[in-house]
Amino acid sequence: MSLLPRVVLLIGLAFAVLSPARIEAASVDEAFSGFASAGYDTIEKAIETLVASGHPTAEAVLNALEGGNLFVREADGAIVYKSKDGKVLDARTGSPIAGNAAEGLKPVRVNNRIRRAVKAALGSLTLLNPRPESRRAAAEAVFKGRDPTALPHLEAALAKEKDAGVRRVMKQARAAALLGTDAPEAAKLAAIEAIAGRGDLEARALLASLGRDVPPAVAKAAAAAVAAIDGRLAVWNTAQSVYYGISLGSVLLLAAIGLAITFGVMGVINMAHGEMVMLGAYTTFAVQETIRQQAPELFDYSLAIAVPLAFLVAAAVGILIERTVIRFLYGRPLETLLATWGLSLVLQQGVRSIFGPTNREVGTPAWMSGAFDLGGLTLTYNRLTIIVFAVVVLALLMLITRFTSFGLRMRAVTQNRQMAASMGIRTPWLDSLTFGLGSGIAGIAGVALSQIDNVSPNLGQSYIIDSFMVVVFGGVGNLWGTLVAALTLGVANKLLEPFAGAVLGKILILVFIILFIQKRPRGLFALKGRAVEG
Amino acid sequence: MNNTLRAFATAAAVAGSAFLSQGAMAAETIKVGILHSLSGTMAISETTLKDVMLMLIDEQNKKGGLLGKKLEPVVVDPASNWPLFAEKARELISKQKVAAVFGCWTSVSRKSVLPVFEELNGLLFYPVQYEGEESQRNVFYTGAAPNQQAIPAVDYLMKEESVKRWVLAGTDYVYPRTTNKILEAYLKSKGVKAEDIMINYTPFGHADWQTIVASIKKFGSAGKKTAVVSTINGDANVPFYKELGNQGVKATDIPVVAFSVGEEELAGVDTKPLVGHLAAWNYFMSVDKPVNKEFIKKWHAFIKNPKRVTNDPMEAHFIGFNMWIEAVKKAGTTDPNAVIESIVGVSVPNLSGGYSTMMPNHHITKPVLIGEVKADGQFNTVWETPGLVVGDEWSDYLPGSKDLIADWRAPMSCGNFNAATGKCGGKGKGS
Repeated sequence: MSLLPRVVLLIGLAFAVLSPARIEAASVDEAFSGFASAGYDTIEKAIETLVASGHPTAEAVLNALEGGNLFVREADGAIVYKSKDGKVLDARTGSPIAGNAAEGLKPVRVNNRIRRAVKAALGSLTLLNPRPESRRAAAEAVFKGRDPTALPHLEAALAKEKDAGVRRVMKQARAAALLGTDAPEAAKLAAIEAIAGRGDLEARALLASLGRDVPPAVAKAAAAAVAAIDGRLAVWNTAQSVYYGISLGSVLLLAAIGLAITFGVMGVINMAHGEMVMLGAYTTFAVQETIRQQAPELFDYSLAIAVPLAFLVAAAVGILIERTVIRFLYGRPLETLLATWGLSLVLQQGVRSIFGPTNREVGTPAWMSGAFDLGGLTLTYNRLTIIVFAVVVLALLMLITRFTSFGLRMRAVTQNRQMAASMGIRTPWLDSLTFGLGSGIAGIAGVALSQIDNVSPNLGQSYIIDSFMVVVFGGVGNLWGTLVAALTLGVANKLLEPFAGAVLGKILILVFIILFIQKRPRGLFALKGRAVEG
Repeated sequence: MNNTLRAFATAAAVAGSAFLSQGAMAAETIKVGILHSLSGTMAISETTLKDVMLMLIDEQNKKGGLLGKKLEPVVVDPASNWPLFAEKARELISKQKVAAVFGCWTSVSRKSVLPVFEELNGLLFYPVQYEGEESQRNVFYTGAAPNQQAIPAVDYLMKEESVKRWVLAGTDYVYPRTTNKILEAYLKSKGVKAEDIMINYTPFGHADWQTIVASIKKFGSAGKKTAVVSTINGDANVPFYKELGNQGVKATDIPVVAFSVGEEELAGVDTKPLVGHLAAWNYFMSVDKPVNKEFIKKWHAFIKNPKRVTNDPMEAHFIGFNMWIEAVKKAGTTDPNAVIESIVGVSVPNLSGGYSTMMPNHHITKPVLIGEVKADGQFNTVWETPGLVVGDEWSDYLPGSKDLIADWRAPMSCGNFNAATGKCGGKGKGS
């Protein structure tokens, strides 16, 4: 057993030493003429030949191909590539071409298959890169490529590798490549063990792909490894569903908190609430546009700048609506509903006329893109940020209602309007400010939602029903209720979704809420006291 | 006082004469109806089509109009409201007396106007890819039928990417359901097993794709090359692709081929994580042909915004409008019956450098292009059908429709002729 890797290593080294000399100039020519072909088969072959030849410009050429910077000169079929600083270089020699070389260039055809081949090939070429993270990425690429011809490169790299993490990935890559060869059974069993150690979906994919043409012992080991991975992932899957649920809950929470103020505290059925969210999203778009034109270096802070502005814009529109429409309709819920519904249409069409009907692109700052793995969980940064953000917004709101004089007066008016008025509180102004606060928070939610949804005039519509559902379910007038309701609905939805599907899952949740409201008309956490009865 | 009255009278007279002269002019023009939503949820897609129609009509007028008369666009707004589509269609045909209508986007809006066009004998040019299973005497389908989009896309993935496992993901309404039914039957006929097909539907405007993307990843880890065939409708695509990008599903691992995502839809997305994902259409803005370059130039000049993109349904209107012009010239009149007769066989240039022909089943011939998303939001054509593909109205892969054909030429004149029984009038609505 311990002998085998050495033998393989020796063979590999022999290959590594021999190959550059072995390949003649003719095959390099063949490779370069292959790039000019229209057929993907020929181009893929050309990549293989080029890598095997160890030609000095191979890495640069493949990098250019991956970036779409490799061209065929239409005049004579020569292959050239553009460097990062825009120079046109001869692919064979790597030397710059004089004159107006950018004329008549046609890009080499690339599709996913070519991209995959390039990635695997580049992987084996960059295994000796000085930066550990590059080596690691290269080893990952080779792992995915499962190309037996990468074995010699892997052996050579492993011999020099010091970093334990990178070594592990390289060994896994070697194991993956080994499974594709006719190596002895014992070696394959060891390889399966190494791959099973990854325990992730890619390992599972690789092991499950072993066909029937492997020895029975190998097939059995692979099946056992797949079963082990499945068992491990099953536990993580539930955890993942719960996390998705919390994430969905945080989105619901953000969309609903503003409504919890305007509808929950003030009792205004505000159908234009979703449009406040939309205004917040469009504010984010406007902020980003300005930043793109004026100060691109600030882009990563664009959301932080957008949050206060979105609050101000939505709060201002909210106060305007309250002063001009809603205050005349207090105590007439049906009219309020119709009037705010009309307002929502006006706002939508207004935004459509100003910004156009098409979606607007709101960029994601670099620090919010991508994901990281935590055990068997994949956590995306944007969702994680939104969860934290929702909690912060809720906490701030609670602090405001609990510890500021504005919050105190707001609660006083909610509990007993007449009494509050006779204590000298200017209730009409307080109504405006409260409505402004609720709308402003909806605007803040819009900043967060612009990261995960379309920024279009219809953005608000898709959240209005969900927001009402959360507020009613949680108990009108209770922020804690809103939090619990949002999380409950989110998690329940996501636990149902894998079994029932997205459509049926949503229906089941709605049915549940209808039944629940029958039983407890005031929601989870009902306000108690005399004021409620009146 | 007297002065004011006189001023009023003059104003009234001027207004009246202006009205009269307009009335007199109206007799000289041929009216063309444009039935696209300019407000509501579908405005995002349909507003562009209204603009392109205005451009085409304007251009035709510059060339001298049609039959010696000017064309006059009549724009109505059905506001993404399906019953309103029928009302507005009725208004266009019976009140405005338009010679032809260009419009509709969603299948449900088309279904809602069908009885109106049948009853009043109008002409509708429908520019969007749809689920097929329909052929109507008064409707011309210039968008793709499933065999002009979905099936070539699946063929490409099978051949070029050796895909063995399929996720059919769609929005829950008639177009994705029918297309997926056809695709499922087609895949099974190619030997794909039932356990290698996963079908998933989501509601309109679905925004939280975490679970579904995770389950696609899981489905893709069975050791066979996996691809997603997406019939997800417009708005839900942006969060879907964002989630794919965030969870690290790359096109090189699990490619997604979409039938409803074009240049216009990508305009609102950061496309860098999407590079390599696919779309199947009959036209891409990036098609490198002089006729297309000229069209784009005219479009940018007309819309006064050099950043606006062109897309497949715009090309369909371009083809449909020119076909109608040719058919009217051929018939010498705009009478619907004459045009229905003369339009079959009419060939006009399409924007991908070839010609499209109106077939007897009221569908047209088109090339099918498969494109990969580039970092700039455009598509890079990676494959195209060697020849033109004839739109197949009744799918050959569905048990209920494989015996049906449509032929609106004189003796047969039937939208659902059953070749097995030899009778007109099988399943579905036809004549």
